[in-house]
Amino acid sequence: MPLERRTFVKIGGLAALGLAGGAAARAGGVIDAARLVPAGDAATGTGTPGSAGAAAAAAPATSAATTTAPAPLEAKRWAMVVDLGACLRHEGCEDCTRACHAVHNVPDFPNRKDQVEWIWKEPFVEALPDQKHEFLPGNLAHADVLVFCNHCDEPACTRVCPTQATWKREDGVVMMDWHRCIGCRYCIAACPYGSRSFNWRDPRPAIAKIDPAFPTRTRGVVEKCNFCEERLAEGRRPACVEACPPKALLFGDLEDAGSPVRQALADKPAMRRRPGLGTQPQVYYLL
Amino acid sequence: MYDKGKILTGLVLFVAIVAFPFWWSLASGAEVRVPDIAKPAGETQCLEDAETMRREHMQLLATWRDDVVRLRQRIHTTPDGRQYRKSLTGTCLQCHTDKAASCDRCHDYLDVAPYCWDCHVATGER
Repeated sequence: MPLERRTFVKIGGLAALGLAGGAAARAGGVIDAARLVPAGDAATGTGTPGSAGAAAAAAPATSAATTTAPAPLEAKRWAMVVDLGACLRHEGCEDCTRACHAVHNVPDFPNRKDQVEWIWKEPFVEALPDQKHEFLPGNLAHADVLVFCNHCDEPACTRVCPTQATWKREDGVVMMDWHRCIGCRYCIAACPYGSRSFNWRDPRPAIAKIDPAFPTRTRGVVEKCNFCEERLAEGRRPACVEACPPKALLFGDLEDAGSPVRQALADKPAMRRRPGLGTQPQVYYLL
Repeated sequence: MYDKGKILTGLVLFVAIVAFPFWWSLASGAEVRVPDIAKPAGETQCLEDAETMRREHMQLLATWRDDVVRLRQRIHTTPDGRQYRKSLTGTCLQCHTDKAASCDRCHDYLDVAPYCWDCHVATGER
């Protein structure tokens, strides 16, 4: 049964057309997932605008519905001021580190190579090398200075991230999206402050007590201080600020002249870590 | 057609092997049981109807994830105006308290392994 080339091409063409048509019809039926996407505007038309207010008022009857969420703390430019004098007078205090690492499920690995840290202490001359000179007072030369992510205005880390897993938010917080981090560690190489840690091992076994309110990380992602953005969203100040016994950590909006950070900066000259690099760190140190 | 016998035998064998899981479970009489999902006690209403939730909860959670982490939009409003915090552990699991019976049972049945739980922690679980 010889099949003519012409007939074969015709049949093939018709078959392809039929397949394409079927696929298109299927696709048209499937795309209603958009309905679930929370539309900030009522453009979907599925809501009943008149009843929205009444329903929201009645919502607290169901336990998961939240209408009484506390107002988030908002700012144009978040920043931190470390009152070094007050901090150093409280020698040996690690309350901020402990509080931070507890609420963020930061693992504690005994091996220094595996260490993950969000807020910790470094020798003064390493944290603030520009201040180093031969005749530093003894209490400074041997002091340990609190360090954490500087939430730079010009962060080097965000520029090198290939997946936009780290980026600077409009209020100045340098964020991490652990869903997107692929563990390339470019950001670690870029950060001149060593503020970032890599999870070389599965962190979960090294967390003393996991707080279910915050996720842990997995092996292979980078983490760092997030200025407690999850707490800011609930109207709470960062955990370290609240935990500090001598109130040496000040947190606030740099654009607000009345904020504690602006008042502190107006009061005394402040230092920043390695200002010559142009990263514009937003953590200020007072002596 | 050359080698009709060989080709047809081969085809029949191929289909039989590919379809093995289907005809084997039919032949062996093993009962196929759709998993029984635990429903939250005392709650009658989810974000949407059960059918929609069952079909689309994964898209919803993926959208929530980006909204919260990247866009700072933390409140979900249902079409009928109810408001929820966009949170897997903070909202979903507050009603669906038993993760093993609410999530895992069906995910295991369908052989899907969502990596939510690599980081997010259900209460009472380490």
